[in-house]
Formats: sequence, C-alpha cells, structure tokens
Amino acid sequence: MTAVEHLDVPLHPSENESPDSTESQWRPPSSRRRRPRWDVTIAVVVIGLALAWALFPSWFTSVDPTAATPSVKLRGPSLEHLFGTDYLGRDMFSRVIYGARHSLTGSFIAVAVGLVLGSLTGLLAGAFGGLVDTVLMRVVDVLLAVPSFLLAVTIVVVLGFGTVNAALAVGLASSATFARLIRTEVLTVRSSLYVEAAISAGSRFGAILWRHILPNSTGTVLSLAALQFGTAILAIASLGFLGFGAQPPSSEWGLLVSEGRNYIASRYWLTLFPGLAIVAVVLATNRISHYLGERRRP
Amino acid sequence: MSEVVTEDRIPVLDVRKLRVGYRTSSGTVPVVDGADLTLGAGQVLALVGESGSGKTTIGQSILGLLAANGDVLAGEIWHAGENLVAAGTDRMRALRGSRISLIPQDPTVSLNPIKRIGPQIEDVLKLHTDENRATRRDHVHRLLEQVGFTDVPRRYRQYPHELSGGMRQRVLIAIAIAGDPDLIVADEPTSGLDVTVQKRILDLLDELRDRTGTSMVLITHDLGVAADRSDRIAVMRAGEIVEQGETRSVIADPAHDYSQHLLRSAPTLSRRTRIEPPTAQDSETPVVLSARHLTKQFTVPGARAAVNAVDDVSFDVRRGRTLSIVGESGSGKSTTARMLVRLTEPTSGAIEILGTDVTALSRRQFRRHRRDIQIVYQNPYAAFDPRFDLFSIIEEPLRAHGNTTRAERTARVRRALDEVALPAAYIERKPSELSGGQRQRVAIARALVLEPKIVVLDEPVSALDVSVQDQILALLDRLQRELDLSYVFISHDLAVVRAISDHVAVMNQGKIVEYGAAEQVFTDPAADYTAELLAAIPGRGLGAHNNTD
Repeated sequence: MTAVEHLDVPLHPSENESPDSTESQWRPPSSRRRRPRWDVTIAVVVIGLALAWALFPSWFTSVDPTAATPSVKLRGPSLEHLFGTDYLGRDMFSRVIYGARHSLTGSFIAVAVGLVLGSLTGLLAGAFGGLVDTVLMRVVDVLLAVPSFLLAVTIVVVLGFGTVNAALAVGLASSATFARLIRTEVLTVRSSLYVEAAISAGSRFGAILWRHILPNSTGTVLSLAALQFGTAILAIASLGFLGFGAQPPSSEWGLLVSEGRNYIASRYWLTLFPGLAIVAVVLATNRISHYLGERRRP
Repeated sequence: MSEVVTEDRIPVLDVRKLRVGYRTSSGTVPVVDGADLTLGAGQVLALVGESGSGKTTIGQSILGLLAANGDVLAGEIWHAGENLVAAGTDRMRALRGSRISLIPQDPTVSLNPIKRIGPQIEDVLKLHTDENRATRRDHVHRLLEQVGFTDVPRRYRQYPHELSGGMRQRVLIAIAIAGDPDLIVADEPTSGLDVTVQKRILDLLDELRDRTGTSMVLITHDLGVAADRSDRIAVMRAGEIVEQGETRSVIADPAHDYSQHLLRSAPTLSRRTRIEPPTAQDSETPVVLSARHLTKQFTVPGARAAVNAVDDVSFDVRRGRTLSIVGESGSGKSTTARMLVRLTEPTSGAIEILGTDVTALSRRQFRRHRRDIQIVYQNPYAAFDPRFDLFSIIEEPLRAHGNTTRAERTARVRRALDEVALPAAYIERKPSELSGGQRQRVAIARALVLEPKIVVLDEPVSALDVSVQDQILALLDRLQRELDLSYVFISHDLAVVRAISDHVAVMNQGKIVEYGAAEQVFTDPAADYTAELLAAIPGRGLGAHNNTD
C-alpha cells in the first residue's frame, strides 16, 4: 500500500474515493447544480396529477365514465365534454381520468414485481457468487435474450387476459434488467472497504447483507424503477391496445387508444387525449428517473 | 542544491499579491489571498503547507491551469518579464511545455494508458520544436537516458502499465524537461512513492537542475523534502503565505507560530522514540499475539510459479507493546496485517491470539475471536458505510457480538467517542461532515468499542496532514497506556514508526529482514536494507532543530 496524501481535505466533501485514488487536483471539477429545476418540477406535477386522477377521480369529474348517451356520440371537444365523447356517447374526459387508475395500478404492480423479483435474484447472485450466481444469471440471460414485450405477451396469454395479469407479465419480463443491474451494484459494494470492516468487526453474513449490501445497492435501481414505470405504462397500454390487457368497459388508456383507432381519421380526440396522457406520464417518469440518476452520480 | 545566488537578475518567477478564488453556488471563495513569491534562476522554491492551504492553486495559476470555476481575482505573475495573468489562452498554451512545465502529483494517472511512453514524450517536441521525425526520436531517447533509463529503445515502446510508479514519474519528468523550460512546477512529485524511490527521483531532479539551471517551484506537504531540496521556503496556511525565506534560516529559526507548529509536528527520524518507554522487562510481559512461519502464496495468472507475498514470517507481540511492521509497497506488510485479522487466509503457518491457535479455526469459529483483535484502516472514510452516522458506525461491532440493549450500546458508543476525544454531540453526524483526523478517531473508536486486546493499525496516519498525524499518534499512545492495548502498526514511514514502536520488523519482498527493539533497529541497523531505508528519509536537517527545541 502506498502513501496517499491529500485525502484529508475537509474543504472538499466530495472526496469519497477509494483509498488508492489520488484524484488529480489539476483537472477542472465538474460543476454541480443543486437548485430546483423547472423540468423536474413539471414532471413531478404531471405525476402528481395522474396519481390524483387514479386515487380520487370523482374530484375531477362528476360524470360516470361508463354512462352512455347515444344521442351525443362522437362529439368533438366542447365545454360540456372537454375531451369529446366516444362512439357510445361516453364522456372522454371522465374516461381518461378514471382510466388513470387502471394504467397506474398496472404499472405499479409491474414495477413492484420487477423490482422485488429482480432485486432478490440479483442480490442472491451477487452476494453468494459461485454456482448460485451462475445458475441465476443464466436464467436472467435467457429472459434478456427474448424481447421483453414479446415475453410479456407470451406470459399474459398463459395467465389469461386482464389488467393485473398484464401487469404481472410486464413485471416478470422486466425483472431480468433489475437483476443484472443490482448484481453489479452488489458486487461493487461487496468488495468495498466498509463491508470488509464489517466482517472484521465480526458481523454475520446476513447482517452485512441486510445492513450494508442491500441498502447501498439500491440507489441506481431506484432510478431504473422510475424509468421502468414509464416503460410499464407503455407496455400495459400496448397490451391493452392489442386486447390482452384490460377488457371493456374499462377505460385503461391503451384500451381507449385502441377503441379510438377506427375513428382516427375523422375523430382525432378519441386517440389524442388518452395518447397525450400516456406520453405525458412516460416523459415525466423518464425525467424524474434521469434526475435521480444524475443526483446519484454527479 | 544550487548555491548560485542571482539576486541582481530578473527573477524567473515573481508573483505579486496574487489572489485566486473559486466560484461556488454560495459565491466566490478565496483560496489564495495576497501571495508574494520570488524565484531566481536555478533556484528551488518549496511551497509548503497542509491540505487546503492553497499551494496547488498557486501552481495552477502559474501554469494557467486553474479549474473552470477558478479565477485570478487580483495580482500579477511575472515570468521572465511577462505577466502571465494578462497572457491569453494561446500565449499560455505556447508557454506551457516549452518555457514552463509541470510535474504532476500522481504518476499512476498522469500518463495516457493506451499510448506508448516514447510518443507521449515526443508530443511535447512536436508541439514546441520544428525537429523532424528522426531527430525527435533521438531527442526522446536522449531524454529517457537523462532521466535514468537504460535499455532506452525498449522503454520507448513500453506502455505506462509496464512501468513502476517511480519509472512513470521519470517519464513525467522527461516530459517536463523535454521543452527545456526555465521554470518547472512540481506538484508533490514524490508523495505517492516509496522512500527509496522518492530519494532517487529527488536526486534526479537535483542533478537535472544542476545541469540545466532550471528553476523549480516544489509544492510539497513534506517539510523534510522541502528542507533537503530547496533554496527558499514559503509556508502557506489557509491561502496566505505566513513565512518566506532562505530554507536554512526558516528551518533553523522559524519566525511564524504556524511554521514552528509545522516543524514541531513533522515526524523526523531523530525526533524522539516513544514518549515514555514501558518499564517492565520484555520477558515478563505475556505474548498476546504470535505469528509462526506465516506464508502467503499468490498464484499469478500466466506465471508458472506461485509468488510468496509473505514468506516465512514470525514475530511476537507482547501486552501493552507496539510491534511495527515497516516496508515499502509490495513488501508484504499489508498482507501480513490482513492475515492477522483473517481477511486473507495464510497458505501455511500459524497465528496464536491470546494463546489460541486461530489458524485451526473455521471462519465461523473465528468470528468469536474477532472481539480480541480489531483493525484500523489507512482510509477511514472508505471503511465507513456512507449511509451511517457515527452512532451506527461505532455501534456495529457491538451488534455483532452478543446481546446488548440499545441503551447499553448507546452508553458504550458514547464512552468510545469520549475515549478518542470526540464530542458526544457528534454521535448523529455523518463521516462526510468530519475532517480526516476526526474520521480516523471514529475508526479508532469503532475498533476499541469491543475492548479488544490487540489492534492492527494499517497505515493509520499516512493519509493525514503532519499536525493531524501527530495528534492521532499521541491519541494512540495514550489509549495504549490507559487500556493496556497491544498494537501491530503497519507503516511505510520510518519516522512515524520510530515515534510509536517498541519493536520493529522490517519487511522486504515478503521476508522479515530485520527484527528487533526499535531503538536498536534505528540506531544500529543490522540489515543493509534497513540502513538504505533510513538513509532515504528526507529531512535530516529538521531533527537538529527539533532536538534543540
């Protein structure tokens, strides 16, 4: 071990490198921005609004999303029907708001399944190593080799159609990505000096896994989860669009787009508004995910 | 050292009332505040100070290499009749490498890893001379010879990873002198190197300067290096030059309080041995830790034979005493330390802790014995979980051993903090809020909270500034006497070792080449290698001052 000077710099709190890195002081430091940013703020507002729609739809509209009024079918946006009406005369504004519940619940389930299953797999593989690692990671490789949407379609066909099953399928398909990522993190953390210090303090393997390795490996995974949330909304909407997900009369966003497809040339509002809702939420989650990642690695 | 005094000529470097600041989110923070420096032709000016004192910033200002958020706020930097502060980017680019050059701090990261070293030196010639290809190549060969390489054509084609740290530093020196500059800024040119390598590199720099008459700004934290190798010293503290003058007079009779403080805390060979050597006869104190014929083999991929990183090492540590294991990088001292705490399994040999042969135990069985032997690392910050506060850090060993209630643990954590002289209010702080010295105190508190009999200290003060080093050594000394601890002290720094050891084992290439009482090893070394190590330590001149202090 060689002498490392200049680690004792209380002026620079960012000096948390490994013991051997004498970061050259001759390179310009990357400037860090820590003030609130408008793009992230907008993203948070969008997600907040979507969540509010999902949780308390009646706060935003008093119209029943399934109440059909054939006399006003296929009306364009107006003050009475902000997003227009569909082919049965149902209020699209109300349907989009109520649809948030299906889309978001599905995404939450999908991300939760992917996160928990994937993290567990990655944690076990990374922490135990050896045969456990080899077996688990080959399974993950197979999952990664199949396009995840195709995989989700296959799974949902086996499980049966419906929002929850579609969510499970998307979650399962995304778990491989989580597993890969967290395994890499676990390997880094496992070889860190503080884990070694915990071993020499006499801590048990389980305690080290739970107190050090898991919490320190989840940072990047959380930003991936945010990213996956957007992907999951898209995947669930796609499954809904193809008819594998939520079934009518549900107003899941993908299903709404699918139903409006036949009128796309003349009745744009049937596809535009649910489509915009999907795009807004996906963009917002991507933005937040990016922000989380940025904050972790300045 | 150059004895030429050239007061009547224009100084090579004349820094006047230099102020440099860094723009941060909370405004401009001044880092250098009103620095005045002069440097004559062929002279060496040592810029001495602790971390954060602004010495590197001055070097960067001279070269026009300040970080993107750094600004020269006021003042002038005159180099051979030209004010560098007013010079534009293009002008500075033309000067750098030809008239003014840099020897960077860390040779391991300062060369391009995917480019052969010859062409890396040649780049300077391409930029600043009109030599053709063939003469350039000859020139590079000459430069490599000048910095002490033999077998030059082969070196020319080698990649940085094929060279040792000292050799890479020679390459960087070759790059620095390639343009035949009249001013070299050397930023801690030897701080990562072993003492014997450091001596050879500094000798080389002296020799090159004698030949070419180049001036040098030597930025260093090591007063010993400054005392040995400079004509003038400027002592910096918190952005200000507190004292400047002829090296000899500053060392012999420092005027400023801070210079005196630095000199007092500088560990030098002749400074002292243990403050109070324990009185009891060695044979009467029981052995708490003994290593018998410890060997560790590493199989290197590609190599046919296994390498003995540690080769048949035996020693005893007695209660309340310190055994230091000294050696340069690659000597096997750290591997030995890791085997003692079972972070590395020995290939053969035995370790007895408090009379139990622990090498016979499985890792699971050994866990119980860990409360008797704890380790403190060189870099405490990396050894703390970044999410933990001090309480969680120090509490961890207690959670690992036995059933304690939270109240008991809290009480013991508080006691441990008190033992290492940290305020109890720090218990909720994160390590990132502490200074390097405070962090090492926390690491010591964590090691002591289980009340171990033996503490393995792996380079515990090498990453610290000298004055902090001094405090930590004093703390270790006090704790040893209060708690009757035994230390295994791993270090490359003989001066530090002398201050704390009762016994010393000198390691070289995996073997113990000398083992004995500290006083005897330092005053009358039996092995040639020990003598060589002792001779390489900078700052012999400092000792004289300290003795009369």
